[in-house]
Amino acid sequence: MAGMTGMLQTRRNQMIALAVLGVLLFILPFAAGALGQAWVRILNMTLLYVMLALGLNVVVGVAGLLDLGYVAFYAVGAYTWSLLASAHFDLHYPFWILLPLGAFLAALAGLLLGTPVLKLRGDYLAIVTLGFGEIVRILMNNFDKVGLPWSDESYNVTNGPRGITGIDGLNFFGFKISKGLDLFGLQITSLQLYYFVFLAFAILSIIGVSRLQHSRIGRAWQALREDEIAAKAMGINTRNVKLAAFAFGALTGGLAGGLFASMQGFVSPESFGLLESIMILAMVVLGGMGHIPGVILGAVLLSAMPEVIRYAADENMQQKIFGLVLIAPEVLRNLIFSLAMILIMLFKPAGLWPSPEKK
Amino acid sequence: MDVLLQQIVNGLVVGSVYALVALGYTMVYGILQLINFAHGEIVMIGGLTSLFAAKGLLAMGAPPLLALLVAILAAMIACAVIGVLIERIAYRPLRNAPRLAPLITAIGVSILLQQLAILVFGRNYFSFPELISKAPIVFGHITVTLNEIVILLTSFGLMAALLWLVHNTKVGTAMRATAENQKVAGLMGIDINKIIAITFAIGSGLGAIAGVMVASNYGQAHYYMGFMLGLKAFTAAVMGGIGNLWGAMVGGLILGLVENVGLIFVRGDYKDIFAFVVLVLVLIFRPQGLIGERVAERA
Repeated sequence: MAGMTGMLQTRRNQMIALAVLGVLLFILPFAAGALGQAWVRILNMTLLYVMLALGLNVVVGVAGLLDLGYVAFYAVGAYTWSLLASAHFDLHYPFWILLPLGAFLAALAGLLLGTPVLKLRGDYLAIVTLGFGEIVRILMNNFDKVGLPWSDESYNVTNGPRGITGIDGLNFFGFKISKGLDLFGLQITSLQLYYFVFLAFAILSIIGVSRLQHSRIGRAWQALREDEIAAKAMGINTRNVKLAAFAFGALTGGLAGGLFASMQGFVSPESFGLLESIMILAMVVLGGMGHIPGVILGAVLLSAMPEVIRYAADENMQQKIFGLVLIAPEVLRNLIFSLAMILIMLFKPAGLWPSPEKK
Repeated sequence: MDVLLQQIVNGLVVGSVYALVALGYTMVYGILQLINFAHGEIVMIGGLTSLFAAKGLLAMGAPPLLALLVAILAAMIACAVIGVLIERIAYRPLRNAPRLAPLITAIGVSILLQQLAILVFGRNYFSFPELISKAPIVFGHITVTLNEIVILLTSFGLMAALLWLVHNTKVGTAMRATAENQKVAGLMGIDINKIIAITFAIGSGLGAIAGVMVASNYGQAHYYMGFMLGLKAFTAAVMGGIGNLWGAMVGGLILGLVENVGLIFVRGDYKDIFAFVVLVLVLIFRPQGLIGERVAERA
């Protein structure tokens, strides 16, 4: 829908288009709810991926720093929430402490990663960020027995591969989202309430990222991407600008991580593997690097597509068409998914919806 | 001290396999500046193909040594063909595209190959027949197997052969010229596409042999075996200085040694972290890798 706004000429028409989009976004969770709550969860995950893709887009698409370990920041946010609002340590801090804290810690992790790799460029940077992501995941896996690596005495911090269960949901000053809401006879499930919270955060990120992209630092990031040496010659402090990109991208990821933990009620290191980082990167690149509408499109497409294929390619469907189950649905889903990735890139090397100013 | 020596030997064996895989990454990178993410999957296909070929031959009553040689040959051919096909279909059309486009297709190819391997071979762990004796041989305080000795000798032999090929033959000269400057190499009458295809074939062939080595050393193969191995080998290639053959070999060996010697001091759970911690440390002090030259920054 947002694609139409570019074609519409007058401000009045833009307002109408926005209103239509708003109504659609409002109806969406109820339409999905009619199909089943699982679809609402998919919608919610899509919104989180929009946030993640926007955050990574700042690092990769705008500033041109290839980051293959982005999911680590998502993990920092998710674990901050999980450890401080669950039965694990019996701590139950409210969201208005935990979400900013998670985002802050993630940004700190971004600086921590950014500082030693400032001198690296291109693919060297990619492999180090990848390593950083793996280190974070392995630490989460092994921090169920924290102690000096050579001694046997230990404490359970992250509960290791079993993950943390019984995580508190979002709780607005006494109103518990996880209970759902009965609004004058209209039943709104807790997942649908999460949808609206996530939507608000996604819209906030879109506004934040686009404002930032057109600000002084946004232009500095683009200069950095186009030519680091020239940017330096123009008086841009490339060190600070790079660190700011890492920190800001990480901040968005940390925020999304906290939201993820609150909805899921369960986190484990498995959710934060390299494949997840790669998927988010694929969203950015397939959609159109550095172009916010494109990145959103990429995120929606790549997070929704596997689910839709899963629905379309399940055993019943194959049974109906071929009379027998030819391929395990899981394998078929991944096959179609990977083929789509390859084909989109082959036919649209700059992404599905690249930014117009680039040739 | 005995433990240290033993771990050094183990590290050399593992490291020589890393080195072979790392060579595949670094050769492709040297010519195309592309991280060939699918290379780990090539290794996996090498392992699985050789496993099934060897099993089939043994079932037909072939002697183990013959079965092994034919299995390696089959794996090399399969991987070389797949490697060349991947380059032709997924990378060549994107040679002038934005830099990240081929990286994404490479990731797509990697997932695709895993799924195809599940379709063709299945998703089980398959056990690799013992074609070379794995009975322990004791030298003083060190224990090795014949299998490990063969792995070590073969990989060093292959590395020497590759260096000879690259530095002393016409194809090798063409490869170096293409890596230096594709356009000018083309003007000098080198068929760039052919050289790139050959590079992929050689890299994939080496990967196939590495796959056989891993499968025989651990006694098993499965569709996911290429992932972590590929990651480590790529780490090794970067640590040594990507694009540099010596760098890949040195990086692979150092990575294998660090991982195994480190096990003496730190619990095994942390083994996979070493690779990355060492990588970060090396790159902080030598951003271009151990042996690599500073690649010109591209505008």
